[in-house]
Amino acid sequence: MLTFNTLVGVCFLYVIMLFLVAFVADKRARRSKVRFLSSPMIYTLSLSVYCTAWTFYGAVGYAARSGLEFVTIYLGPTLVMIGWWWFLRKLVRVGRSQRVTSIADLVSSRYGKSNLLGVLVTLIAVIGTTPYIALQLQSVTLSFAVFARDRSAGWVIPDLEQTAIWVAGGLALFTILFGTRNLDVNERHHGVVTAIAVEAVVKLVALMAVGIFVVWGIGGGSQGISAAIQQAIQAAPEGAWSLQGGRWVGLTFLSAAAFLTLPRMFQVLVVENVDERQLATASWAFPLYLFLMSLFVIPIAVVGLAILPKGENPDLFVLTLPLYFERDGLAMLAFLGGFSSATSMVIVASIALATMVSNHIIMPLWLSTRLGVDASEYRDARQILLSARRLSIVGILALGYFYYRISGGGAALAAIGLISFAGVAQVLPAMAGGLFWRGASRSGAVAGLITGFVIWAYTLFLPSFGEAGVMSASMLADGPWGIAALRPQALFGVDGLDPVVHALFWSLILNCSVFVSVSLLSFPSPLERLQAAQFVNVLDQSGPARGRSFNAATSEDLLVMAQEIMGSDQAQAWFQAQAEQQGKQGYLPDTTPDFIGRLERELSGLVGTATAHAMIGQILGGTTVSVDDLLAVADETQQMLEQTSQLEAKQLELTTTARQLSEVNEKLTQLSIQKDAFLSQISHELRTPMTSIRAFSEILRDGGANDPEAAARHASIIHDESVRLTRLLDDLLDLSVLENGQVQLYPRREVMREVLDRAIAATSSVIDQEKMHIHRNRSDEGVALYTDTDRLAQVFINLISNAAKYCDAKDKRLAIRVRQRGGRLQVDFVDNGSGVPLESQSMIFEKFSRLSDQAAAGGAGLGLAICREIMDKLDGSITYLPGQSGAAFRVTLPIGTQSPFGRTWPSDINHL
Amino acid sequence: MKRQVLVIEDEPNIAEAISFILSRDGWSVSTHASGTTAVQAVRDAKPDVLILDVMLPGKSGYDILQDLRSADDTRALPVLMLTARGQKTDRDLAERLGVNRFMTKPFSNSEILTNLRELVGG
Repeated sequence: MLTFNTLVGVCFLYVIMLFLVAFVADKRARRSKVRFLSSPMIYTLSLSVYCTAWTFYGAVGYAARSGLEFVTIYLGPTLVMIGWWWFLRKLVRVGRSQRVTSIADLVSSRYGKSNLLGVLVTLIAVIGTTPYIALQLQSVTLSFAVFARDRSAGWVIPDLEQTAIWVAGGLALFTILFGTRNLDVNERHHGVVTAIAVEAVVKLVALMAVGIFVVWGIGGGSQGISAAIQQAIQAAPEGAWSLQGGRWVGLTFLSAAAFLTLPRMFQVLVVENVDERQLATASWAFPLYLFLMSLFVIPIAVVGLAILPKGENPDLFVLTLPLYFERDGLAMLAFLGGFSSATSMVIVASIALATMVSNHIIMPLWLSTRLGVDASEYRDARQILLSARRLSIVGILALGYFYYRISGGGAALAAIGLISFAGVAQVLPAMAGGLFWRGASRSGAVAGLITGFVIWAYTLFLPSFGEAGVMSASMLADGPWGIAALRPQALFGVDGLDPVVHALFWSLILNCSVFVSVSLLSFPSPLERLQAAQFVNVLDQSGPARGRSFNAATSEDLLVMAQEIMGSDQAQAWFQAQAEQQGKQGYLPDTTPDFIGRLERELSGLVGTATAHAMIGQILGGTTVSVDDLLAVADETQQMLEQTSQLEAKQLELTTTARQLSEVNEKLTQLSIQKDAFLSQISHELRTPMTSIRAFSEILRDGGANDPEAAARHASIIHDESVRLTRLLDDLLDLSVLENGQVQLYPRREVMREVLDRAIAATSSVIDQEKMHIHRNRSDEGVALYTDTDRLAQVFINLISNAAKYCDAKDKRLAIRVRQRGGRLQVDFVDNGSGVPLESQSMIFEKFSRLSDQAAAGGAGLGLAICREIMDKLDGSITYLPGQSGAAFRVTLPIGTQSPFGRTWPSDINHL
Repeated sequence: MKRQVLVIEDEPNIAEAISFILSRDGWSVSTHASGTTAVQAVRDAKPDVLILDVMLPGKSGYDILQDLRSADDTRALPVLMLTARGQKTDRDLAERLGVNRFMTKPFSNSEILTNLRELVGG
């Protein structure tokens, strides 16, 4: 005989057993003996948190009411698992590589670590899951009530609400103990997962035991069941058991979406995943589990409908059938199966939700109150985080309890489950878009989530409270303010749809549309784009995520990588030295944290800290490059760019220097060419008189000219050419001295008139010879000079003799005019010849620029070049004056007694 | 009949020296001092051989040589070039243009005679 105390006692023992399982598993996990934990079977069984009390009890009820439709709830996850390669693999890879802790974290991380999205998804998850938790509490309470009702005679009727509180409290305790024992970076809970795997087995065994009992114990085998099914179909209300295509597709899609987006499913699928390869096994093993779970649903339902009294709650057939036939042991097992279903769901869901609530709501709030606090103050952050988790767990279970109290626990189990499903399914567009579409943006995700959530609340969640609830009967029937298009269950005039399908259709359609269009219209931030690339291309970037196993293979991988970076010899030597330090032979040291740290530092010197960290992380953890790592890499890249720009600046400097050098070189080359031209010119100027001298001297030597007159003439030519040669040499030396600035000047006081007199006297022979008349205005010439008047006279002599020689007028005249202009003295020499042609005017002051057709006049062509040098030294100038009647030269000088050489020259040194 | 030689040389003393040496050797010598009108002077004088200076007023000896070599009546005229710029590049240029003899100043009198005799085949 089952007494209430027995029931509670068995429950208690069962829970103790779960505690022990969790405890042992946790302990082994901490000793890194994770071999059995990484078994794909444990992973597959842990996925059974999908099968909650709703599945355990509710599926039978569902089948009793709507026939085969309950299969859709299993069909969705089956499709997802079979198609794991396409979606789940990517989801798990991203979860692993990004160290994602929850579905909220995944969405937030994908969209540039947006905390707004984290909060949003957390809120949706909490709101969507609370009814579900209430559902579990309700089912456990109901199952207690079943025993109580049947055995009321010997039992103290337990207070149902009291029971719910005890159950909730016990679950909170278990969850806190095993869900928040330690803060694992990966948020894995080996103990909990193992306990849930055990519960999964209990669920399956219990349901199958009841099923076998029903079919072969009381139903008369498969034939009896077939008959019972026919009977049930006929007895069912018109159309209730017929297949509705739209609802089937809708519900299958909904359960598939929920399978991916339910926080507890994300927790076991992605966060608790130890090795990606587990997915391959689960892809067939989990559908098999679901198949076995659903195998006896219809038989139990039809037999229950046929045998049990009318009005019996079909949701509890699993329990009431054994009890009806007084199979206490079987009933006990069924009770434990339902208990397992409920508890495993609540535990995992509350862990997942607590992680989300504490990470995305409580911790940001706490951190914002600590702004500006010294970093050392964060030591208690760990404790705060653990407390936040525990608080969240209690809060979530309390929320579930209060929902249960408020909703009254009346609604059919399946209906509540579907509402939850539709709520969390709103995360699907943002999640799937984030994994497969790089263009998905934060703004799009936020807008889509809000839109979908609001539509879901309006069309499904709020109406679910019934006509006495949030929405009035008239609002449900006629829409708000009588607007028919806004009727919650017939939005935009779409009438006649099933409420769940209707809500799902509108919420997801609008969610997706808003998500896509806002994404297209908004521009993602750099971090978002970086994350988008990380998520969408996760399969290209990394190998399968594997468990962190510190073994020789990892060490070898590290060596391979180090060889790539350090070079083979150096890497091998370094690894050997490290192994030796650990007392090991060979090249493969143990991958201790100490060794990893040193390797990282070693590599940092070569590839930069961030890159080294990322590379080692990739090999060690199976975790790929995180965003922070990438950002650090970007920083290093930035530094490199800066160095590059510095190098560029240096290069620019060098280029400038090179250009300057090349300019100087060009100048030198030019000078060299000028020098060559000058030498060639001098050669010519020297050889020409030399030619005459040699030719005539040979004639004289050979006695060729017997005529004494001719001989005399030849001798005089030799003489003239020798003089010309000497003058050329004198001019060259003079010019050389002047040009090199080595000339010594002898300034003295003299009047201009006297200087001109001397110059004319020196040129009198050529003036006479050329019969040139000189015109002067002597009264203007009484200007006092203080300069090297010998040099000045040399300039004047040159100009006068040039005029005499080159003036081509018949009646040669030269006018010399002296005047003062602008503080300077001008002396103009203007003849009446045809002057210097325009094209030659700029050249006449250059060396050897003698105008060729006047070469006969003698002179080496250095005269004006010498004049220019002299006037330069005297602080004056000499220029050609164009536009005069003939050739015209202007000499300018500083006026007065002031020394052009500054005051350092005493005025009485004219004796020097 | 005396061999005709035309001397184109702007330095009067050099022209006089060459005239004296060649006349004494039995040549009929005429001189011309301008580069500009040199080619016409060659046409007018129709010499058996031409002595050509390089540095001439108006037109260089190279240009004159080029003109002579491109005209039918003067293409074959033997030319002896004289220059005070004795660099190799000058000689190369002259030879490319088709000079027969190239001498640098100052020259020896016998050398210029030998060259001229060779040029007119006597």
